[in-house]
Amino acid sequence: MSYIPNTEDDQKKMLERIGVSGFKELLHPIPESLRLKDELKLPKGLSELELTNLLTGISEENKNTDGLISFLGGGAYDHFIPSVVNHILLRSEFYTAYTPYQPEVSQGTLQSIYEYQSMLCQLTEMEVSNASMYDGASAVAEAGLLSLAETGRKEILVSGSLNPTYYKVLCTYCERGGMKIRKLEPKDGVTDLELLDKKLSAKTASFILQSPDFFGLLEKVEEIEKKVHSAGALLIMVCDPISLAILKTPGEYGADIAVGEGQPLGNSLNFGGPFLGFFACKQNLIRRMPGRLVGATVDSKGRRGFVLVLQTREQHIRREKATSNICTNEALCALAATVYLSLLGKNGLKKVAELCLQKSHYAAEKITRIDGFKLKYSAPFFKEFVVETPIPASRVIKLLLKKNILAGIDLSQFDRKLKNSLLVSVTEKRTKEEIDCLVENLRGLIKKG
Amino acid sequence: MIIKDDLKYTKEHEWVKLDKDIATVGIDDYAQGELGDIVFIELPKVGAKLEQMKPFGVIEAVKAVSELFSPVTGEVIEVNSKLESEAGLINKDPYAEGWIIKIKVKDPKELDNLLSAEEYKKLLEQK
Repeated sequence: MSYIPNTEDDQKKMLERIGVSGFKELLHPIPESLRLKDELKLPKGLSELELTNLLTGISEENKNTDGLISFLGGGAYDHFIPSVVNHILLRSEFYTAYTPYQPEVSQGTLQSIYEYQSMLCQLTEMEVSNASMYDGASAVAEAGLLSLAETGRKEILVSGSLNPTYYKVLCTYCERGGMKIRKLEPKDGVTDLELLDKKLSAKTASFILQSPDFFGLLEKVEEIEKKVHSAGALLIMVCDPISLAILKTPGEYGADIAVGEGQPLGNSLNFGGPFLGFFACKQNLIRRMPGRLVGATVDSKGRRGFVLVLQTREQHIRREKATSNICTNEALCALAATVYLSLLGKNGLKKVAELCLQKSHYAAEKITRIDGFKLKYSAPFFKEFVVETPIPASRVIKLLLKKNILAGIDLSQFDRKLKNSLLVSVTEKRTKEEIDCLVENLRGLIKKG
Repeated sequence: MIIKDDLKYTKEHEWVKLDKDIATVGIDDYAQGELGDIVFIELPKVGAKLEQMKPFGVIEAVKAVSELFSPVTGEVIEVNSKLESEAGLINKDPYAEGWIIKIKVKDPKELDNLLSAEEYKKLLEQK
């Protein structure tokens, strides 16, 4: 299959135009001794049909959520994506659009990003949102960096129930120049308020809190906010965007920065990426915000238009003085989130959240009725929960996979003390039959022993 | 372009006016013209200790960002708070309304290290 559209005739014309007899003449600057004499050791080219068959065969070695019932969570969820999302995403005007640095030719892209930012503000109730970040993990790391720059302090306190992969990324970003990251050991799966009191000091730039946390539990944000702000530190809240439809928002709690993973909003699991980091904060932090910002303005004729603003924050202008090296965003993923939110609206999103809440609690109730299975933590949860299993969680997962069920996440991979702990997530997509099927198969494990 | 004769200048285009031991600092007409519309200025806090020719703040125009260098060593005793909402004053009136900070000078003789209006004009001609 030929990928290069130039015919031999086209090539001949081009070579003639530049006054060269053949392609080989262009290679003259490369010393003879360095030029490859043999043919490249590659297999013969395949026809389109042969190629399609080969790649399809390879991809079929994977299984995905079309054939498996997924109860996986921990930051990426199997939520329903209306087909309209793809219809808009795959329009070539959006799909092939490049970076909107030239506003005169990018009004469509810029407007869609402006709408995305506006919706994020409504959802989080924060004053300003940027055009998005790579993913939740890097958004958390950037929030940490912002807090260091803003306060001039050198220590970041982190909740021990923050998503462990976000914590890893945060550490990677902050491993320089005397910065300290302290993880606080959780108590019964959530932030230990007494410990937080002890560790907060005049050295603390911020406290990073996730709610619902990695174990699905709700944190006592109101009390935590008071403590953090009394110490003069910033409160960074990591949240699940779906949960914000029914839970109190970071804006309501008075958080300084709200970040998280926007994948649940109209984005597929994509084998782990591309994902969608969101970043929103208070107005007074706008000049320290990383990433792109789209603003509304008027052109020379007074017509409304959109443009990238405050670009002097970004590294291509501020260079080594920029607080972040990020000068990009996840435009297509943000568009998917925007379309999703537009379609569902406030009431639709609320319904999604309520279904997640109800279904996860239904599942938890049924599972804990099985002998040997119980809830590990006592705090209220949103759409995922940790089950203590009678046999190692890894065994449960392996056995249930044979029945085409992805039972959950084995938490021992993050903490060896959590050997019999399974993180189960239930979204609005899971039917009663699917949940009952999970329960029956778990029950079946006990009978086998 | 106006270069005032009664002021001293730094190579980085800041001007300074000394009154007993208080120095008023700003950027000159050349600098504001080069930067274009100034949109924001990051000022030090009152009480901050500055060193001659060390950066004390950042000035932002629409497409460029520049550091501000202190012409003298001393302590910041006042900042022009009007600039918070009207950074453009620096463009309109760089030598008066657009003043940036006031410093209590440690050693007035330090001004000898700076350029006179004549020397500064020569520097600009070379650009």
